Order: sequence, then structure tokens, then C-alpha cells
Amino acid sequence: MPLLEVRDLGVSFATNDGTVNAVNGVKLRLEKGETLGIVGESGSGKSQLAFAIMGLLAPNGTARGSVKFDGQEILNAPPAVINPIRANRVAMVFQDPMTSLNPYMRVADQMAEVLVHHKGLSKRAAVSECVRMLDAVKIPDAKGRISLYPHEFSGGMRQRVMIAMSLLCRPDLLIADEPTTALDVTVQAQIMQLLAELQREFGMATILITHDLGVIAGFCERVIVLYGGRVMEEAPVHPLFAEPSHPYTRGLLRAIPRVDHEGAVLDSIPGSPPNMTRDQKGCPFAPRCEFAGDDCVEALAPLAEFAPGRFRACNRSLEEIA
Amino acid sequence: MLAFIAKRLAIAVPTLLLLVVFSFLLMHAAPGGPFTSERGLPPAVLANLNAKYGLDQPMWRQMTTYVWGIVSHFDFGPSFIYKDRTVNEIIAQGFPVTLTYGSISFVVAVLTGVGLGVSAAIWHNSWLDYLAVGISIGAQVLPNFVMAPILVLVFTLWLGWLPGGGWEGGQWQYVIMPVVALSTSFMASIARITRSSMLEVMNSNHIRTAKAKGLPMRKVILRHALKPAMLPVVSYLGPAFVTMITGSVVVDMYFSTGGIGKAFVDSALNRDYAVMMGVTILVGTLTVLFNLLVDVLYAWIDPKIRY
Repeated sequence: MPLLEVRDLGVSFATNDGTVNAVNGVKLRLEKGETLGIVGESGSGKSQLAFAIMGLLAPNGTARGSVKFDGQEILNAPPAVINPIRANRVAMVFQDPMTSLNPYMRVADQMAEVLVHHKGLSKRAAVSECVRMLDAVKIPDAKGRISLYPHEFSGGMRQRVMIAMSLLCRPDLLIADEPTTALDVTVQAQIMQLLAELQREFGMATILITHDLGVIAGFCERVIVLYGGRVMEEAPVHPLFAEPSHPYTRGLLRAIPRVDHEGAVLDSIPGSPPNMTRDQKGCPFAPRCEFAGDDCVEALAPLAEFAPGRFRACNRSLEEIA
Repeated sequence: MLAFIAKRLAIAVPTLLLLVVFSFLLMHAAPGGPFTSERGLPPAVLANLNAKYGLDQPMWRQMTTYVWGIVSHFDFGPSFIYKDRTVNEIIAQGFPVTLTYGSISFVVAVLTGVGLGVSAAIWHNSWLDYLAVGISIGAQVLPNFVMAPILVLVFTLWLGWLPGGGWEGGQWQYVIMPVVALSTSFMASIARITRSSMLEVMNSNHIRTAKAKGLPMRKVILRHALKPAMLPVVSYLGPAFVTMITGSVVVDMYFSTGGIGKAFVDSALNRDYAVMMGVTILVGTLTVLFNLLVDVLYAWIDPKIRY
């Protein structure tokens, strides 16, 4: 039994401009201890996918399909089902550490309440466990600083606090939603290195959501490429980088700036991401794809396995896009 | 923090002095005086009266004598209209009344207003939300001079449950209607501020984090949402509290409660300079004090605010 199994997940939002279909028919499986990357540009639905799994969609959002965690259906589950799983077995690290911590509570209080609530620890025992976890995420003088407020920490330190808080209950699954996007480049590297170390140490399965392919390459075993709320390609990390099988993935890889090509014009994918309010019957990437034909506007090929562990959703064969 | 409070109290002194100077000037700029009457007093009598109350002195002289009286003996002078009463006596008699029904109104307005606002925000776009918004708009558009006669009509004349006026040392039957009349519009404002502030807080990232911790909704609201949502409410409550405890002329008139609200308006109409100044200084002092209290509360709620 996989740890997490997502089938036909759809997320839509009722807005004044009509229904926005942020995620469409997404399917994914995750085994215990596995690391999965989800890449996509802004608006590809990657964060909403994570929120739907955790049951944290905005009030105007609805989710369809199925999310099974450890065999138990958790999509749209009532609080009695989902609350004992949140933070305890599935934890989440959010994008913006500046606003994701409660600015009105001491770090000790907001961390300790997780252990008090899920593990029934006394406040004092919970706090000393929190200090140990802050040590583990390499916050200097954790004992002294745990009684500070979030605004007394730097951005990178706050994200360390978030990570420590998410790991308190030793979850089976950690979902990290762009954990480094809001941070300085040098701090980004430290945080990713820390996450990789902790992942190895605690052995939890991890979903890393990012738009940064470089981050994916260093961290994940398997990658899902999301575009317009649909899975375009899924593959182990090496084949994905070595021989991307989808025109969109190729475009993404070409658009990475390279230091050894000084002065060269940076490649970009022409056009802009699709308007998600429209009904999506064809391939969302078709308007920007150099290989697209009329058939691509009409229908998108289902995600199909073309080599062991490698899936692609494209009407063109590998030879045609070679 | 203590240094901040000391500094604010020190600033309060010149603030109140400015208040005294401006109200003194404005008061004397208004036409007429305490002894103006329709028939007109004989000039000799008027001159004597003016001399007795010091009104024949130059303005700066009157002002310094007045301020000195307050600073040296805490004496706000005699009433210009009621020959045998001092301002201290008038305030000492009326202020406990307004303080009583004002404080009760404040507690009622805060509890119902915050309760209504929080429930409306939590069950956003439900019937409860619409009901809460409906109640607060209704309470807001119904001014207390309309509210008070309706209350008297229903509870005194039709149902006969409550006395139509009087104070009787603040027995509960006499307090209910003044409190309802005074608190409704404040309750409505508090409910609306709480609702919009709570809605904003509930959509913030740190509330999403709190939900992701697996805490039940009750804990998310009580531990994480309520405190930040109260910030804008607290800044409204300081001045609102002063307005409530310094009385409402409408309440004092309709329910004959004998509070300083009526005394203040009467003093303005009669040009009873001393009473007018006394009440103005009372309201000014309370305003300064409660604004300071709001600032202290702010620092207690939001750790980012340090003075």
C-alpha cells in the first residue's frame, strides 16, 4: 500500500470571473520515505494541489477525486479524520516564513502546542523537545531564542523554525511548498541542504513543490511536471533531466540560465500560462507548443507509461518531437 | 514601557492646558453670557455680578485665576447659574450616574458586539452572518433619540415592565433602558469592526499554519485568531469608553437619570462657563488617559510594538 495515493484530483475555485480550474485530474503515488518533486511555473496549480491534500483550500475552493493517506480517504474529510493526521502524520512547510508563523505568539508557545495537542505532552516537556528540534535545524542558542517572537528571527531562521515545527511529531510525510522562494539565494542553499539532511535522518517521505528545477535535481528521486493544473510528465529525476519527453519540460530546461554560456540570450517559452477559467478540453500547453497541431487543441492524450517509471501526456510521439 | 507611560503623562499636561485655553476662548467668543436674560438686568446689577464672578477682568487674568484654582485646590469654581452649587458638586453628583450606566453599557456593547462580529466572521456568508450584519446595521441606523422613546413606549407604556425614568441610586430596573439605548450603536460598530477584522485574520497565512497543525477550529480561533483580530477593536474602544462614561444627553433627558450629559448641554445653553469648563476638562483628561491605555494594550497584544 502506498503512503499517499492521489487519484483524479481536481481543484476549482468559484471567483467573480467564473470557475477557475486550478488542478485537473492529477494522479500521484508516493511510497514511504520517497522524495517527490512537483515542478511548474506560477499558476500551474502546484500549491493548490498541496492545500487540497491537507484540506487547507480557501473557502471558495472545492476539491474532487480521491486522496488516500495510508489507505484512508482524507480528501474533504471531516475534522475528526483530518485533524489527527495534520502535523502529526502529514506536516507542511509553507512558502512564506515571514507570515506563516503567528507573529503574536512566542516561538515556544506555537511550537509546543503541536506536541501538547497531538502527543499529550506537558507544556514543559514539549518545550524541551522543541529546543532539541531547533538544535536539529541548527538554530544557534535554541534554548535562549525559543522564547522570542517570530519577528526577532531573520527570514532564514524563521523557515528553520517552520521546518522544526513541522518535524516535531516525526511525520510520515512532509509537504514543503516552495520552502525557499521567499529567501535569499545563499540562505536557499542552506535550507535545502538542511531539508535533505533531515529527510535522510528522519526518513520521512517528502513532497517538494518548487518552480526551481535546480532545487529538484539536488533533492528528489522522482519528479512530476505540472502545467495548467495537469500532469505533463512524470519520471525519475535523472531521465527527466537527461532526456525530457515532453515539449514543456524541454522548454523549462532550456530556460535555465547557465553560467558557462556568458552573453548568450536566455531561452524562454513563448506565450504565457493559460487562462484557467476556460474549459480545459485540450492540452493546456498547446498554444505555446512548437509541435502542437489541431488535435492538441481538441484533446490531451492521457498520461501514459512509455518506459518503466516514466509517464508523459502528449499527442506527439517521442520521435516527432526529437 | 514605564518611561513611555511617564512621557505620555508629561505630554498630557500641555495637551490639557491647550484644551483649557481653546475652550475658554471659544466659550467666551459665543455671544451672550451667564447673566444675559430676555428682560435684561439693570447695568449696575450686571456690573456687580460680573465683578463677583471675575468676568470684568481681562481674559488672560480670568484664565490664570481659573487654572490656578484647579492646580492649587482642585477647585473648578462655582456654578454661574446655580448660586449655591460648585462645579465639583455638580460633577460629583452626576458623574457616578453616567459612570455606572456608561460602564455597564460598555461591557454589554463589547460582549455582544465582539460575540456577534466573531460569529459572523466564522460562519461567513451563512444565515448567522446575514443576521449579525442585519442587526448591526439596524442598530447603527437607529439613533438613540429614536431608540429611547421606542423603549419607553414598549416597556413602560405598553408592557409596564420598567419605570419610564429616574435613577433611584441605580437600581437595576432604572438602569436597563439607559443601558440598552446607549449601548446599541456602539455594539453595532464593535460588531462590524470585529467582523471585518476577524475575516481578514482568518484568511492570513498564520491561521493556515494553525489549521495545518491539526488544531480544532475552536483552538485556532481562540488561541490564534482572536488576539490579532482585536487590534482595530481596541483602538475604537478607548474613545468609545470615554464617550459612554461621560454620558449622553439623550439618555439623561429621556430617562431623567441626572447624569452629567444633561448638565453639560444645559451649561452650554445657559453659558454656565464654569460647569462647561469642568466637564470639558473631565472629558479631556479621560480621553488622554484612555488613549494611553489603548497604546499600552496595543503593545501587550502585538509584540512588534515596543515603545
